[in-house]
Amino acid sequence: MTTGTVTTITPMPGGISMAVGVGHYLVVGAVLLLLGVFGIFLNRKNIIVIMMSIELILLAVNINLVAFSASLGDLAGQVLAMFVLTVAAAEAAIGLAIVVVYFRNRGSIQVEDVGLMKG
Amino acid sequence: MIAAIAFYVFAAVLIGSAALVVSSRNPVHSVLFLILAFFNAAGLFLLAGAEFLAMVLVIVYVGAVAVLFLFVVMMLDVNFDQMREGVQRYAPIGAAVGAVLFLELIVTVAGWQFVPNVTLHLASATPAGVTNTAALGHLIYTDYIFLFQAAGLILLVAMIGAIVLTHRERGASRRQNIGVQQARTMANTLEMMTVAIGAGSRQTGILRPLPPPARPLDDHDDHGHGGHDDGHGHDDHAHAGGH
Repeated sequence: MTTGTVTTITPMPGGISMAVGVGHYLVVGAVLLLLGVFGIFLNRKNIIVIMMSIELILLAVNINLVAFSASLGDLAGQVLAMFVLTVAAAEAAIGLAIVVVYFRNRGSIQVEDVGLMKG
Repeated sequence: MIAAIAFYVFAAVLIGSAALVVSSRNPVHSVLFLILAFFNAAGLFLLAGAEFLAMVLVIVYVGAVAVLFLFVVMMLDVNFDQMREGVQRYAPIGAAVGAVLFLELIVTVAGWQFVPNVTLHLASATPAGVTNTAALGHLIYTDYIFLFQAAGLILLVAMIGAIVLTHRERGASRRQNIGVQQARTMANTLEMMTVAIGAGSRQTGILRPLPPPARPLDDHDDHGHGGHDDGHGHDDHAHAGGH
């Protein structure tokens, strides 16, 4: 089978010799996702820790993508993980900029105080 | 065998540090544990054969994003103890949502399996005999070039947005105005006086340099009225000298 630039397909399962099965990676990703969601609820007042929890969730997504990419021998998953990384970096930069501007204007970053748009 | 042990070590440290990220009392500790989590995730990526992503994770996340978090946490003068107040109240809600999510994941995994001939439907199969980085490069510059360009655009927009959001004009700074400087004439900067021999500076009314203005001035006021202020200063000095 020949597709585009790729000439050889490494056989399934586990084209790249993975030390452990894809299921282990999925468990790690799932636990990371749950920790991220839990962190959002746990630190509801601290916007910075909420953003760190979002980073953890995106990291869990990346782990899943890489695990499937490695187990199936499909590089598209790693390309997608790279774009997720890009978007996460942009999100962190913009989010932190907003936090800094908000703190400069209001002197606090209490999530519950944020109601400027409510009128 | 060694790889499996390394996987479990990386996974355990990753999960432990992630738990400490969300439960740490001090946000600076949270950021440091986030860095540790990223390092261990990079280790997991290495074990899965994704070397390029592992390096990108270390460089971009640890080197840029986590340091950005650290800057912001340390720059903002926030009372973080006050923010931990509702933790006991919110923990059950978070645990409940997490449990629901966990059950959903279990249900999903229980009924999930690969399509039997999944290798026939790969989007872009891993080429043999090429390093991971080279293979990714071949892929993102050919098949995924538009996505790659879009990612660059996203980063550009994020960069410009962050600058626009956080940039501020400092009104108090005394900026150099070259046009006003060039337009100065001798008449409003220099005054020629005839000094009697043996007279002190008080008798002749020689100007002393004025103290710098206390209030912040706009560019126009600063330069346009500078000569005027000097004139007033001269009068004051002259009166003082007269007495």
